[in-house]
Amino acid sequence: MSHRGPLLRQGYRVGLALLLPLVLAIGWELAVDSGAAPGRLLPPPSRIGATLWDLARSGDLRLHVEATLVRVGLGFLFGAVAGIVAGALVATVPLLRWLVDPSLQALRAVPSLAWVPLFILWFGILETPKVLLIAVGVFFPVYVAVSGAIASVDRKLIEVGRIFRLSRLALARRILLPAVLPATLVGLRTGLGLGFLFVVAAELMGASEGLGYLLVDGQQFSKPDQIVAAIIAFALVGKLADMVLVSLTLPLTRWQDTVRDRL
Amino acid sequence: MTAAQPGRDAEPAEVPRLEPNAPVVRRIAQQETPVLIVNDLSKTYADGTEALAGIDLKVRQGEIVALIGGSGCGKTTLLRLIAGLDQASRGAVQVDGETIRGPHPAVGVVFQEPRLLPWLDVAGNVGFGLADLRRAERRARVAAALERVGLAEQSHRWPRDLSGGQQQRVAIARAFVAGPRVLLLDEPFSALDAFTRKGLHEQLLDLWAEAKPTILIVTHDVGEAVTLADRVVVMRPRPGRLDETVAVEVARPRAPAAAGYEEAVRRVLAALDRSLRPVETRRDLTPEGRANWW
Repeated sequence: MSHRGPLLRQGYRVGLALLLPLVLAIGWELAVDSGAAPGRLLPPPSRIGATLWDLARSGDLRLHVEATLVRVGLGFLFGAVAGIVAGALVATVPLLRWLVDPSLQALRAVPSLAWVPLFILWFGILETPKVLLIAVGVFFPVYVAVSGAIASVDRKLIEVGRIFRLSRLALARRILLPAVLPATLVGLRTGLGLGFLFVVAAELMGASEGLGYLLVDGQQFSKPDQIVAAIIAFALVGKLADMVLVSLTLPLTRWQDTVRDRL
Repeated sequence: MTAAQPGRDAEPAEVPRLEPNAPVVRRIAQQETPVLIVNDLSKTYADGTEALAGIDLKVRQGEIVALIGGSGCGKTTLLRLIAGLDQASRGAVQVDGETIRGPHPAVGVVFQEPRLLPWLDVAGNVGFGLADLRRAERRARVAAALERVGLAEQSHRWPRDLSGGQQQRVAIARAFVAGPRVLLLDEPFSALDAFTRKGLHEQLLDLWAEAKPTILIVTHDVGEAVTLADRVVVMRPRPGRLDETVAVEVARPRAPAAAGYEEAVRRVLAALDRSLRPVETRRDLTPEGRANWW
């Protein structure tokens, strides 16, 4: 097999990855088709596909995807910026670390969904609590990644900077920043994943559009095909967002092959 | 400050001077101002461990001095103090008459590990200390240095793709390209195999021959010390002190077959051997444990 080109090998692996879901889908389709299974609670792939197609054609799908993406995007932006700033400050200012980090670690232990009632009380059920909930979900993995990465920068590389008499600012820019970048990007990815997790929770607490709304709507009006369609849309949108993040940041970590393996 | 003046006059008459070192002592004494002056340098850590006690050393322009000694005798500590990376508990270091209070532009360092920045390619690492130069000049100097260490073809590779010997060559080029007056090397070749090490000795001397910086190199390897150094200073542990000094008067380029080489190795080995004996049994040391050759 070693003589195969990398492209061919990749195609082979993609094929293998698709094998299981395809077999299951075809099997379920045949089972429902032959009357062996009812297909009422779990509709066959053809019906889900038709629902997705209808949603896409009517423009509803676009509306819902956009609403969800805007919430995740805003929440991710706020959460990531706050996480990076807080992580950097806590890692570089000892006083802040002793003052703030224990409290943040305690808050981190709170399941983020526990905030939902409070956020609804404070901000109502419009966009603010949704974005805030997502931001909280994104904040913690980014904060932990950034503060941990800065704390574990190799002292020996810092000394190289000292030997060349870099100012504090230059040291941060030329040594700290590139050194913490890989771990930060991993934290951002985890944060983005959690952002999608929390957007569902946010949209379940009351929304008139968004993929999460499709889920609630599907449940209330007994439309399992719509629920599965929304789940599939979530999977696709989440994976795409992750791929975009990775491809945007990959050039920054070209030097580190281990990161590429992790991503 | 009597301690700062290793007393030639105060020396007890019955202790004989070490004859082999007399030429070195005279030569250094004759020199107007050494480039590097280490004066009564001591380092005691917060837990009370005395790492270095009263180091006095003068190194002239272009001289190569090897520091040799067993582990724990403060070789690396001494280098770090001279580099300005750590603060001395007592005493001072001067480079070109300027007291060292922190890393100094005239002092370059090559560490035991290459310490290359993994996110910069080879050329980026070599030019790391030249950020103030104009781009064209920086490029030219980096290219010349890489040529010197035989890595001109590798300038765009990542450090992780280089062998250990190549990485250390990049580190050496990075230190030389900044044009230091004093270059400190902390066992730079200890992790490399003998064959690679020999090549690096030649390249180091090649680079040195251009601008003749003063070099202080820490090593475990007697052969390495004799191959590179004009003077081999033996150190003694607990606390770290300078012990005997062996002048190496072998014509360059040096090889084990050269006249005087084996004799120098023998003398360094004998001095190392003596450095391990208790101070009380040493007739060549003052009661405080200072070497008497000065």
